[in-house]
Amino acid sequence: MSALHLTGIGHAFLGRTVLDRVTLSIGEGELVALVGPSGCGKSTLLHIAAGLVEPRQGHIIRSYTRHAVVFQEPRLLPWATARKNIGMAITANCSGRDRQAHIVAAAMAAALEEEDLDKYPVQLSGGMKQRTAIARALASEADFLFFDEPFTALDPALRRHMQDIVIRHVGGGKRAGLFITHDMAEAVRIAHRIVVLDRRGNGVLGERSVPLAPGERDDRMIFETVQHFMKKDPLFRHVEELDERRAG
Amino acid sequence: MPSFAERASRTGQFLWSGWSGLAGLSVFAAIWQVAHEAYGSFILPSPLETLAAAQALLGDATAWQLLATTASRALSGFALAGVIGTAAGCFAGFHPAILRLVQPQITLMLGVPPIAWIVLLMIWFGTGAATVTTTAAVACLPIVFLGAAEGIASRDRLLDDMALSLGMGPFRRFIRITMPQMLNRLFPILVMALGTAFKAAVMAELLANAGGIGEALAVSRSNLDVANALAWILLSVSALLAVEYGLIQPTRSELEAWRRAARPWGVKR
Ligand SMILES: Nc1ncnc2c1ncn2[C@@H]1O[C@H](COP(=O)(O)OP(=O)(O)OP(=O)(O)O)[C@@H](O)[C@H]1O
Ligand SMILES: [Mg+2]
Repeated sequence: MSALHLTGIGHAFLGRTVLDRVTLSIGEGELVALVGPSGCGKSTLLHIAAGLVEPRQGHIIRSYTRHAVVFQEPRLLPWATARKNIGMAITANCSGRDRQAHIVAAAMAAALEEEDLDKYPVQLSGGMKQRTAIARALASEADFLFFDEPFTALDPALRRHMQDIVIRHVGGGKRAGLFITHDMAEAVRIAHRIVVLDRRGNGVLGERSVPLAPGERDDRMIFETVQHFMKKDPLFRHVEELDERRAG
Repeated sequence: MPSFAERASRTGQFLWSGWSGLAGLSVFAAIWQVAHEAYGSFILPSPLETLAAAQALLGDATAWQLLATTASRALSGFALAGVIGTAAGCFAGFHPAILRLVQPQITLMLGVPPIAWIVLLMIWFGTGAATVTTTAAVACLPIVFLGAAEGIASRDRLLDDMALSLGMGPFRRFIRITMPQMLNRLFPILVMALGTAFKAAVMAELLANAGGIGEALAVSRSNLDVANALAWILLSVSALLAVEYGLIQPTRSELEAWRRAARPWGVKR
């Protein structure tokens, strides 16, 4: 039984086909990393899967109860404190104290300190904003999380920290998730399975599972797996191309 | 909810900023005094004479009544325009096609001189409170409408998507995501609209002979009593300031506490 099942998804912007016949299935408690060249339609696919964009073709079967999205930008309400921003995800009408406890628990899970909760987004650093966005997603009690390159703007140390948060709270039977990234090391570090999207969005090119469970991989193993994928595996040739294109 | 201490400090700051306002007014009074000394009391009475005249007026219960009449007419016109303009503006903001259709009419409404409205309204409603209130409403309706429509149209759609992804329904999205952004745009415009409503109300009263400050001004004019006319102007401006600083600004600072946070530390206003 899969948590999310996409069949034959197709989409076009202004008559230009962006996605065509994309089929993807994500199991319960599974975290799937989606990689692919820039502009191949990863974000579009995520928006379709999260119900923000209506696809032209194909259908979506969701067997989870709720989802939440962590976008590339934090997307916090500027007029609300971090506490209120996190709280807006809680829909269950619980009492004030339960609600506060819930918010604080979500903030703790995302490594936010309690004193930061009463700050407005302008008073938070970039990393804190992104952590607030993650706390909001966790507070929503979603059992499926979407991530769209959420850590690209962060420095390496903070990035690692955030990846650990994702590893701790997604996958492992608790929640399933779809994680878009450009960083192969990130994908290998956090995901159970890596799916490569075709350069023109013509379906899924292929997929590889990563050995061991996400929390159990050490840096050496991650490094070697990335090296193997990038040097030896023809599937990832396009992803490599993308990096060159980006740099150039 | 901001804490009591926070609110007290905000009130303190608000009162303190009154000093700088007072300083600005003193400069204005000094220039006025210079002009008075150049042209004499008949053309331009001194600030002190004007203050004395205003004080004399305030000692009189009928003056208070006139002020209250004008203020209530201006405020009801403002409220009318505020409610209709905001509702219509929100609707138009969500439907670009409607906004495009309405835009020329707004330009038309802005282009018609207020005096023409007064003439028309006097014919339709006679010379009473209805004419004055409607003039005030008509004068500020277009700007309120445009402010609300632009506030909605320029909303951050990324936030909308975010709220949608959390499963918020359209009503909750409007109240919690879109409306704060719209109010943010609308507030400065409401301040302007309030001033416009007062000016239009006084003018309509003067031209329609409909009582209130406008008529008192007309009486001063026929008596060539410049000190009295200036005193009335002073009083109407004070009434406007009282409404603005007593009602609009406190509401605004309550809603926009986050802006204060956006100011860098150590920078004084
Ligand atoms: N709203 C839109 N209107 C028109 N075209 C769009 C729109 N959104 C995306 N596109 C186009 O669709 C294609 C896929 O965009 P998408 O954002 O899904 O790419 P992506 O794989 O997420 O890229 P990146 O890795 O750079 O984020 C791009 O060519 C883009 O130009
Ligand atoms: Mg993208």
